[in-house]
Amino acid sequence: MATPVLDIRDLSVDYQTDRGVLHALRHINLQIEAGRIVGIVGESGCGKSTLISTIIRLLAPNATIAAGAVHFKGRNLLDLDPDGMRALRGNEISMVFQDPMTSLNPVLSIGRQMTDIQYRDASSKAEKRARAIRLLERVGLPDPAEQLRRYPHHLSGGMRQRVAIAMALMTQPALLIADEPTTALDATLEVQIIERLKQLQRDFGCAILFISHHLGVIAELCDEVVVMYAGELVESGSTRDVFLSPRHPYTRKLLECDPARIQKASRNLPVIAGKLPDLVDLPRGCVFRERCDLAVDVCTREQPRLDNGDHRAACHVSGR
Amino acid sequence: MSSRSGFFAEIFAGLKKDPLGMTGLVIVVVLLLASIFAAQLAPHDPLEVDVYNRLQSPTWQHWLGTDQLGRDVLSRVLFGGRVALKVALVAISISLSVGLLLGMLAGFGPAWLDRLLVICFDTLRSFPTIMFALAIVALTGPSLNTVIGVIIITSIPVYARIVRTQTQALRDEDFILAERAMGASTARILGHHILPNIAAPLLILASMDVPAVVGMEAGLSFLGLGVSPPTPSWGSILNDGYSYLRNSPWPILAGGLPLILVTLGFTFFGESLRDILDPKLRKKGGSS
Amino acid sequence: MLSFIARRGLLALLILFLAVSLLFAMIHMMPGDPASVILGPKASPALKAELSQRMGLDQPLLVQLGRFYGDLASGDLGVDVFSNREVSEIVFEQFPYTLALVMLAIGGATLLGIPLGCFAAIKRNSLLDRITAVMSVAVIAIPSFVVALYLLLWLAVKWRWFPAMGAGEEGNIADQLRHLVLPAIALGLGWVGYIARLVRASMLEVMEENHIRTARAFGLPERTVILHYALRIAILPTVTILGLGIGSMLSGALFAEIVFSRPGIGKLLHEAVVTRNYPVVMGSVLVTTTFFVLCTLVSDIVNAALDPRLRKSGRSS
Repeated sequence: MATPVLDIRDLSVDYQTDRGVLHALRHINLQIEAGRIVGIVGESGCGKSTLISTIIRLLAPNATIAAGAVHFKGRNLLDLDPDGMRALRGNEISMVFQDPMTSLNPVLSIGRQMTDIQYRDASSKAEKRARAIRLLERVGLPDPAEQLRRYPHHLSGGMRQRVAIAMALMTQPALLIADEPTTALDATLEVQIIERLKQLQRDFGCAILFISHHLGVIAELCDEVVVMYAGELVESGSTRDVFLSPRHPYTRKLLECDPARIQKASRNLPVIAGKLPDLVDLPRGCVFRERCDLAVDVCTREQPRLDNGDHRAACHVSGR
Repeated sequence: MSSRSGFFAEIFAGLKKDPLGMTGLVIVVVLLLASIFAAQLAPHDPLEVDVYNRLQSPTWQHWLGTDQLGRDVLSRVLFGGRVALKVALVAISISLSVGLLLGMLAGFGPAWLDRLLVICFDTLRSFPTIMFALAIVALTGPSLNTVIGVIIITSIPVYARIVRTQTQALRDEDFILAERAMGASTARILGHHILPNIAAPLLILASMDVPAVVGMEAGLSFLGLGVSPPTPSWGSILNDGYSYLRNSPWPILAGGLPLILVTLGFTFFGESLRDILDPKLRKKGGSS
Repeated sequence: MLSFIARRGLLALLILFLAVSLLFAMIHMMPGDPASVILGPKASPALKAELSQRMGLDQPLLVQLGRFYGDLASGDLGVDVFSNREVSEIVFEQFPYTLALVMLAIGGATLLGIPLGCFAAIKRNSLLDRITAVMSVAVIAIPSFVVALYLLLWLAVKWRWFPAMGAGEEGNIADQLRHLVLPAIALGLGWVGYIARLVRASMLEVMEENHIRTARAFGLPERTVILHYALRIAILPTVTILGLGIGSMLSGALFAEIVFSRPGIGKLLHEAVVTRNYPVVMGSVLVTTTFFVLCTLVSDIVNAALDPRLRKSGRSS
């Protein structure tokens, strides 16, 4: 079996806050094989952003990595020195961020930003520009040469996001991390960009880690999916398995609440009752216990771990 | 709406945490008291001439030495505080009130009025301040009242601009729209709703403005264009000292000291005030 | 960009026009006949009569206003009451000295202030940061003439490190620079702290923004991120401030020139006021105001050049 591109083992990350230690990530296990698209699903506050920040090692100063390892192509990123890590960023690991309105530098032209990120390359400025133009064509931007001269505020949100994707793919990274790239865009744009992304992934062959809370997009794009809740990974498997036969109660609830699945017209949108637990003062046992209607006695005492197999869930009561 | 006493208690509590701000407040209070009670505190008559003891270094009789006419520098400095106090009070209160009124009009009123007022403000501010002051003094002759007048004229646009910006920001807030929908008059909206929201930044601005105002009076008096001799003002003490710089450094050292203290005191205090009141401003005003 | 320049230029012209008219109005609002006001009480009746006739002071106000502008446009600022020289000649003789002083002060303050503010932001809450914060707050608002006097007292008179008077030998650049040091420090000292604080606050804000995170996520070297991506934006408020700062610097320069007995427009103006030499007073104020308006215009344009977002609409802030 080939080494996975990304192999996260037992990762736990804490934040030091005024109220105490906030356990943002606990015992995360995640593997991404080369060329596969893995989705992360979860509501706000589940730890998706912390996970990404940990992978690219751009955490806030008050964060500490309590345990675990993040292996990229066999090397543990957590052991790397800052320069070593920086060599990987924008090179073998690329990112596309959520908010296209603020993720590009407002006072530098698109062309400048696209050539700057090629700084490791010894080729001439003209060659770098040419490469930028080619990539802008690949993401479907009209008149790429003209776009290079413009500034971010001249472009719409959708166009900016395409630029972001172009920038991320410029160096043909082994891993592309996309943090809710289409959340800020309207539905039609979202479809277009996802289609484009699928095409690009086929052409470039990179692995993608795709975060979203939009289940439909995950279903469309991803080969595998993991479900996160309150800092833990509660279910993982192929998209087909997880979405068609969810094992974890949270996943089931999530799917039930997906607006796309509503069969009957009704006034009320289905919600999951209850709220997220306090990550500083975690309850004993299963973290989803309070909102779960299948909870039994053991759920209050013992914390469930991911079991084995292709389709895994961290639950005491889920059957096979 | 927090009560009056709550407001001051908040400020005091915040100051206790900030030693710099507290120091500023203490300095300000000391200066105020020294100026108000100058007559009681001064060991000599500031106008008393004693030519045999001129340009002395500090002695037990004259803690800060004497100037070129033998007058006690310490007493002159204390009485000079009164001039500074008068200038600060009059100039700031008038420019604040007028600036407030004009600023609210510009921010809340019709667009043409706003544009007109802004052009007036910009025109006044296009003159370098002291040069403008000199031009006016050239025409009207030197006097303390002229100085106060000039300070007022050049300060009004500054206050008015800030008030205008704040008023404009508030004008579009929901609660103002609601009031207008209920038929509240402009006066009521301005006085009852906008004014309390502007009060805090204005207070801070005024506090930070004191050193500038006092400095301007001192500067003009230093040039001989402010108070008329023999009235002591910190600026005129410096002027006298400058002429006799090589004979005795003490008038200059003594004259500059209160100016430095005023600056430190009001700036530390004003900064601290801003830190204390600012987060509350954000909470009140919604997203900024 | 060009349309922006045109718009701002026209606005500046309008303001200048109004400012000049204000000066004109001030002369005519004074009690007494304008000739006395302009020439001062010391002028002889014959001189007053000649001036009245030459300037058409007996003519209707509007005609006078027209002639006033006409004269200005042709560069005629009137004639010095005492020496009978052209005011414009006198003023432009003295102006370069003031300009040199102000430029040195601003240049020095910027060269020191920007790196200081940058470091303070990067190494937040370090010792350097705290010292800068306190010192700058303290020094910023101390009147520059007090600083000038103290510098004169200690460094020039007492310790004799620097000359106490004058502008230095003609043609001897080194000597002239020596004479510039103390006045420039007096003028620029407060600004170092002010600029440092501004840059620090600006940098802290910018470093938090998403596009900086993007730049880092692409592995750009920290130096590039700070200098070319963050500082580029953080500097913008400083540019605006500098444009406005020239105005306050001109006022401060006046004091510096008097304290250090340097030639310059400030000294000229002061003497003219004391001797009631009105043409020189008006001429000096006119020239300095024009310069100030020009500086604000240039700083707005530079601002727009650095930040493309500002070019869009004609919003005045």
